Amino acid sequence: MARFLPHPVLTVVIALVWLALVNTVSAGHLLLGLALGVGIPWFTQDYWPGHPRLKRPLKIVEYGLVVAWDILVSNVQVAYLVLFRRGESLRSRFVSVPLDLRTPEAVTVLAGTITLTPGTVSADLAADGGAILVHCLEADDPDAVVAGIKQRYERRLKEIFE
Amino acid sequence: MAFATELLVSALILIGAFFLVVGSFGLAKLPDLMRRLHGPTKATTLGIGALLLASMLYFLLVRGAPSLHEILISVFLFLTAPVTAHMIAKAHILRDGALQNTLPEAPDGAGWATLKPAREDAPAA
Repeated sequence: MARFLPHPVLTVVIALVWLALVNTVSAGHLLLGLALGVGIPWFTQDYWPGHPRLKRPLKIVEYGLVVAWDILVSNVQVAYLVLFRRGESLRSRFVSVPLDLRTPEAVTVLAGTITLTPGTVSADLAADGGAILVHCLEADDPDAVVAGIKQRYERRLKEIFE
Repeated sequence: MAFATELLVSALILIGAFFLVVGSFGLAKLPDLMRRLHGPTKATTLGIGALLLASMLYFLLVRGAPSLHEILISVFLFLTAPVTAHMIAKAHILRDGALQNTLPEAPDGAGWATLKPAREDAPAA
């Protein structure tokens, strides 16, 4: 099983992406998508040595909703800052966010989430992977930013991945 | 029904266009590179997202032919936008010596990955 389907989740994702690409859902395309989903991971498995495990996949839905809501709120906030504040008056700063996450996939998702949400961009990773360097557009209190990221995103990602 | 649909689609297009304009405006207006990064990475996610949602609703409700391309576009956009911003930020940190001195310390004195070339003897990640 593991030899023929080295990445079962990737198989499903490729099949779904194929259906979305051809923009039709039919038995023939489903079959072709599944064939691609089996063939591509098998053919490229040497490049995907790791096997990330999702401990609680259903939590992804909750995480997605939280992030979608934050993207909505952050857009309004950033739009307000851009339109009504002078650029020089924004208290922008770098903040170092220490990480409890160790799974590379989880850290990647967290870095992406940080960039997509409230006034923050992930700028760099510590050499040992123990922290993310985050740039905040407007932040009085760096500790509040760190606490917010850890509480809102990292805690949920830890449940999903670790 | 048709009117409500058109109203909804038009509203979404206007919202999307508004946030795209704000994002581009932020890119042009903000004073330094790190602040400028905030404009396009965020204002465009909602801007493009609203436009894609409008497109999906239009094809589903007006043309009666559901379209799935928009989902793919938003997935790819959400995957690539943060990576682009991250690489631009890393390049900026690497090139700007004055900025490097103002960065907060990484915990345990590990240093930031951009400024610390991987050691030869480091274990492969």
